Amino acid sequence: MSKGQLLQFESFDEFEKEIIAPIGENEKIIINFWATWCKPCVEELPFFEQITQEENGLRVILVSLDFKNQIEKKLIPFVEKHKLRSQVIALLDGKYNDWIDKVSPEWSGALPGTLMVVNGKKYFYEKSYHSKEELLNDINSLN
Amino acid sequence: MKKIVTLLVLFVGITTIYASNGPTGYSPGDIATDFSLKNVDGSTVSLSDFRDAKGFIVVFTCNHCPYAVMYEDRIIELNKKYAPMGYPVIAINPNDPAAAPDDSFEKMKERAKEKNFDFPYLFDDGQKVYPQYGATRTPHVFLLDSKRVVQYIGAIDDNPQDAASVQVKYLENAINNHAKGKEIETKTTKAVGCSIKVKK
Repeated sequence: MSKGQLLQFESFDEFEKEIIAPIGENEKIIINFWATWCKPCVEELPFFEQITQEENGLRVILVSLDFKNQIEKKLIPFVEKHKLRSQVIALLDGKYNDWIDKVSPEWSGALPGTLMVVNGKKYFYEKSYHSKEELLNDINSLN
Repeated sequence: MKKIVTLLVLFVGITTIYASNGPTGYSPGDIATDFSLKNVDGSTVSLSDFRDAKGFIVVFTCNHCPYAVMYEDRIIELNKKYAPMGYPVIAINPNDPAAAPDDSFEKMKERAKEKNFDFPYLFDDGQKVYPQYGATRTPHVFLLDSKRVVQYIGAIDDNPQDAASVQVKYLENAINNHAKGKEIETKTTKAVGCSIKVKK
């Protein structure tokens, strides 16, 4: 994966406009906020990857909060090494206090966190997942 | 005499209500709990030890989290600047070493020595203190006044990655306003950080 292939947003508002706003009433989008330096984030990625590989009709987006100067050094090599198949987006907006509440007023900003947009309903899970089943459970509870 | 006793009981009752926290920890205006925690030098530290303090900069931080590490130098500077003014930094590691081995008490001692921490670096043994405060990540700051009333909660400033590019110093603004007896404009902020580590 080259730097040019990785979708990057410098502003949260741009990210929201392009990625979140267009989500349709019947869609199921799972947006996981993570970073390569966040150990619990990395540990739960396989469950999100399994969802991408096994579950049709569910779309997973992995939004990395790695810093700009870590994209080429850390993020891209990580994506390649782990052969991530979910869509990976780099969100580079450092004005965290301005946009954390826009993801969810319930999010404290701690990583990892997962925003689920399912059939028009939004819910934020501030937790680490320990199995694919646990993740699917939370997704299905929103149906 | 009976009237005085009744008033006393009422008074104690009211202060107890204000001293307790909601399910998600403190909000500005709440009275934060004091504690008795082990410091890296082997002593036990409480806020009440600081008799002349005008306030306290309680910061939940740790060894392993890159965000916390990015703020270490700034925390050291904050103590240098504000402790003489009566606002000492009190750092607390909220993590369970069983879930985060780099945050063991021994590792805390090493880090404190390595970086010449001039302030208490306390171990939240049993993880009883951070839930009361409602700390959710590292680093996470709670500015208290001398009576432990919460003045500000959240991020130190608006740029974890680069101290030189900071535009808004949330914590310093809050301290400076408090010191002048002025209203603190921004009482809470949010920031990205590492979740607090609890053994599953």
